[in-house]
Amino acid sequence: MTILGYIDKNSIIHNLTGVTKLILLILCSFISMLTYDTRVLLLLLLLSIVAFRISKIKFKEISFIFYFILIFLLINNIAIFLFAPYQGSEIYGSQTVICNIIGPYSLTYEQLFYQFNITLKYFAVIPFALLFIVATHPSEFAASLNKIGINYKIAYAVAIALRYIPDIQKDYQEIAFAQQARGIDLSKNEKFIQRTKNKMAILTPLIFSSLERIEVISTAMELRAFGHNKKRTWYSARPFSKIDYICLTFMSIFFIVSLYITFANGSRFYNPF
Amino acid sequence: MKIKTVVAIGIGSALFLILGRFVVIPTGIPNTEIQTAYAFLAFMAILYGPIAGGCIGFIGHILKDLTAYGSPWFSWIIASAVLGLIIGLVAKKLNIQDGFTLKRGILFNVTQIIANLIAWVIVAPTLDILIYAEPTNKVFAQGFVASLSNIVTICVIGTFLLYTYSKTLTRSNSLELED
Repeated sequence: MTILGYIDKNSIIHNLTGVTKLILLILCSFISMLTYDTRVLLLLLLLSIVAFRISKIKFKEISFIFYFILIFLLINNIAIFLFAPYQGSEIYGSQTVICNIIGPYSLTYEQLFYQFNITLKYFAVIPFALLFIVATHPSEFAASLNKIGINYKIAYAVAIALRYIPDIQKDYQEIAFAQQARGIDLSKNEKFIQRTKNKMAILTPLIFSSLERIEVISTAMELRAFGHNKKRTWYSARPFSKIDYICLTFMSIFFIVSLYITFANGSRFYNPF
Repeated sequence: MKIKTVVAIGIGSALFLILGRFVVIPTGIPNTEIQTAYAFLAFMAILYGPIAGGCIGFIGHILKDLTAYGSPWFSWIIASAVLGLIIGLVAKKLNIQDGFTLKRGILFNVTQIIANLIAWVIVAPTLDILIYAEPTNKVFAQGFVASLSNIVTICVIGTFLLYTYSKTLTRSNSLELED
């Protein structure tokens, strides 16, 4: 299994500072969480696709995640329909039946529109978020967290997490191989209870070796007097350039406009019916 | 904040991600699996306290969502943070460094059941409705399934981890005088 990570490219998106990218992502997430207005969401999706094109990241490089998301959204949509086939009618205040499927389940235009919106809501930010992960260097990310006002100890904890993900993944694989070499079956051939027990044979050493790692790292940091001062500097922090200011200004305007459109008619929902 | 807490949050979040992605056990019911990551979260909350528990839940879940789905699902991320925070609140009282007794096991499990109910039956569905306007009965059904499976996971695996951990410690007054 692959874990999504930083992909090195030379593009405008990569050259933006981490702070700018983080603020852009936060603003976009806020827009998509607050609004239910189809026009705003479509605009946001368009914007994120454009940003993705500029970044020079190829679709092939992130396609595995993309298909994963599609399956997830499909299951979520089916679940929504099964649990609440008339949620759309409730929200938009009308009911236009297309056809009756079975028993109490009828397909309505309102429901289709509602589920289209909910999917769009999830989908619109995905290119931004993916872009953020593949185009921001992990250590710069920690520096930018600190810069937007988050305590540097928390920012440093995030930096440690990003730094050690590959190491712990490697630990996991080595432990899994070692246990399989000892004859512990982790595949579907085992029965549920036995398989759970076998998984514990990986879980326990993995967790306890990590506890040891925590001891070692915190001792090393203590020796270097981590946390002695109220502030710290970051090696990978970069100064703002013109393009950073342009992007931030543009996004702030977009944020305000989208909030205005969303709440102008007194409801988060855009009602075409 | 102590240095050890900072490091515990970092390593804990990374391990939460790895466990969440790789060490899941399918139960046979679609979309319901045993998330060993939550047993680990409860374990860390008891070892390093409420701040560590809350932060590991929050950061670990964001990282997991970002690397698995590409976008964070904030209602459930906040619920994970709440879970770690509440369980961490009894860390001092439980005092695992002093050994694991039946009474402590019961206190741990009562706390984790309450924390799970608050996180998955109150926090997560409410935020799902507020942020995403998802149907009420769907999110509460999801919440009940999630809290039930996490309660069982933490009860079995979490208690086991705490017990194993207490066995690895050298306790004060553990030396005996030989005749």
